[in-house]
Amino acid sequence: MKCGIVVFPGSNCDHDCYHILKHVMDQETHWLWHKDEVNLESFDLVVLPGGFSYGDYLRAGAIARFSPIINSITRFAEEGGKVLGICNGFQVLLECGLLPGALIQNQSRKFICKNVFVCIDNPDTSFTQDCGENRVLEIPIAHHQGSYYIDPLSLSELEENGQVIFRYCDTSGNVSAESNPNGSVGSVAGVANKQKNVMGMMPHPERCADPLLSNTDGQIIFQSLISNS
Amino acid sequence: MLAQIHVTFKEGVLDPQGKTVHHALNDLGYEEVLDVNIGKYLEIKLDSASEEEAEIRVREMCEQLLANTVIESFRFTLVPTD
Repeated sequence: MKCGIVVFPGSNCDHDCYHILKHVMDQETHWLWHKDEVNLESFDLVVLPGGFSYGDYLRAGAIARFSPIINSITRFAEEGGKVLGICNGFQVLLECGLLPGALIQNQSRKFICKNVFVCIDNPDTSFTQDCGENRVLEIPIAHHQGSYYIDPLSLSELEENGQVIFRYCDTSGNVSAESNPNGSVGSVAGVANKQKNVMGMMPHPERCADPLLSNTDGQIIFQSLISNS
Repeated sequence: MLAQIHVTFKEGVLDPQGKTVHHALNDLGYEEVLDVNIGKYLEIKLDSASEEEAEIRVREMCEQLLANTVIESFRFTLVPTD
């Protein structure tokens, strides 16, 4: 699988994503500089990593979406290329309009950095196909603006279309207000576009994909993409 | 010309900051406070040919960048400057 990792000024999980894809998952991986417009035809996957692109000024992801590389990614996505946005990358994809909804400040008003559990709402996508049903993943979150918002009508549309990919839950996979760390509507932790080739998630799978760190739950998302390519 | 722009959350979007300030004001004895909505205020200096042109361009700026219309609404006034 040929992967590209986007680097914005302020990206800080770019090297983690690169390390996991190139050295742990053994895939061909390249950097994609935000100022470049690149023909992505030969790529299988583009990852928008976490961080604080453009200092999160105005709103998280609001400035990054006007970077030249976004034009290339939009074309790539329109042609069916797979795009994964993690944390700040998710915020950028929402600001671009490649994914529906928005992310607002956590309900607690605090930056939350901890391990959470997510269940797979749709195991039938190229991002989740290797997860299996009823699987609960333990993945860390680290964000201040991670509360997913979409109006109730659009949320039920997402649910009907199978666009909700992950929800926050407890260790046994129960979704409740107690297991929702940030106040996201419907406990949504990750969503996809209608075609399911673009997915954004707040939890950081790249932070739990190296066997050195014992928890490798995040690997399954990258593994699914590899199996699918 | 000066554009004075307010960006606030739309009705129904959770505003945790506003909620906290609301409670704090109630705790301080300002029981008449029913709701607090915290937003952004921007001042933009413009070199526009006319107020009509400024109106169109500022609206565009708000829709394109300054507000995320999924969660925020905006309003602005244009003030003549020397």
